[in-house]
Amino acid sequence: MYTQGLNSIDAHPTSAEDAEREARFQARIDADEKIEPNDWMPATYRRTLVRQISQHAHSEIVGMLPEGNWLTRAPSLRRKAALLAKVQDEGGHGLYLYAAAETLDVTREELVEQLLAGKAKYSSIFNYPTLTWADIGAIGWLVDGAAIMNQIPLCRCSYGPYARAMIRICKEESFHQRQGYEIMSTLARGTAEQKAMAQGALDRWWWPSLMMFGPSDKESQHSDASMRWKIKRFSNDDLRQKFVDATVPQGHALGLVFPDPQLKWNEASGHFDFGPIDWEEFRQVLAGNGPCSKDRMRARRKAHAEGVWVREAALAHAAKRRADEEAAKLAAE
Amino acid sequence: MTEANWPLFEVFIRSRGGMSHRHVGSLHAVDAEMALQNARDVYTRRGEGLSIWVVASSAIKASDPGEKDMLFDPANSKIYRHPTFYEVPEDVGNM
Ligand SMILES: [Fe+2]
Ligand SMILES: [Fe+2]
Repeated sequence: MYTQGLNSIDAHPTSAEDAEREARFQARIDADEKIEPNDWMPATYRRTLVRQISQHAHSEIVGMLPEGNWLTRAPSLRRKAALLAKVQDEGGHGLYLYAAAETLDVTREELVEQLLAGKAKYSSIFNYPTLTWADIGAIGWLVDGAAIMNQIPLCRCSYGPYARAMIRICKEESFHQRQGYEIMSTLARGTAEQKAMAQGALDRWWWPSLMMFGPSDKESQHSDASMRWKIKRFSNDDLRQKFVDATVPQGHALGLVFPDPQLKWNEASGHFDFGPIDWEEFRQVLAGNGPCSKDRMRARRKAHAEGVWVREAALAHAAKRRADEEAAKLAAE
Repeated sequence: MTEANWPLFEVFIRSRGGMSHRHVGSLHAVDAEMALQNARDVYTRRGEGLSIWVVASSAIKASDPGEKDMLFDPANSKIYRHPTFYEVPEDVGNM
């Protein structure tokens, strides 16, 4: 999902004392207790969370770019206001998540630095271009839809600050998906040309959306520990199947065709069967070779560099104001 | 990295009249003034609050979770602090 880039779990603790503490820690998790920032936790639990939460935060921030691309070109004031509110929410999600990560003894600046240095990952989905207005509909419907599918179980994650951030985020996400679906359904009910636009967007975004859930369970190395620690509650493939089952009828209601000839309802399993995912494309995009990977990083670096003077000026201004207040206090004495 | 980091603030919001302020999260700002403005934008975009408090995270003194038992166990044995400890004759009714 937004944390597809997690790939390895670090080595296990060695000392007997750690083993005992880890057993006590696991017992707390098994009892569905929440772990809070100052509680003892295994170093690997901390590292896994920092990586997962920061990848999630980076995804929210980079995710503003493909949609930001259409802010000035939204077809009406209503659509523009909605898209602006959505993009602003995504910025907020990034902030909640950086704040949650910071409770684990890293600073936001370090995490941002890792992103800008190309050392941190973010969701593969945001490396695809938004070619038409219909792509904004498809992103809200499919990308936010997939994100919600992944994020709802995270509201019960064992780490308190992450779970609480996810609850806030989930509350805000549902409008994102609905506004996207509304765009799609307006286009799908429009002229032949508009309907073709909606179909084109579905064709482009369907497979990348399925890739958001990350590698197939057979290849996902980190799932076991994450499941045991209740950071993760469902496997990648389970969530992907849930998403397909929920989304396909929505697409059919729009009269659109999914770009998968093997997609069909399976009476016996009670699920939709779907065709194979192009995992080579997924690996390439995740490795930074997606169609817009370079653009996204360039845009983030530029924004960060151009903001330096603003951040410094704000600090200087605050320092000056404090000094003035001190001086005024002294003069009054 | 020569840039100095902005300090961290904790944000508390009163969601409705009559309720106390509740911790909702944290954010970075250069001073308390800016922390209030940022808290408005980050934490109250949908009418979540009537009032905001911000406090520098460094100003908070927290109890140590490792001392949880020492701090809170003594209260557990004092069941006579609860109304159910006391018997009231049934014919007296609710008290
Ligand atoms: Fe989001
Ligand atoms: Fe969203």
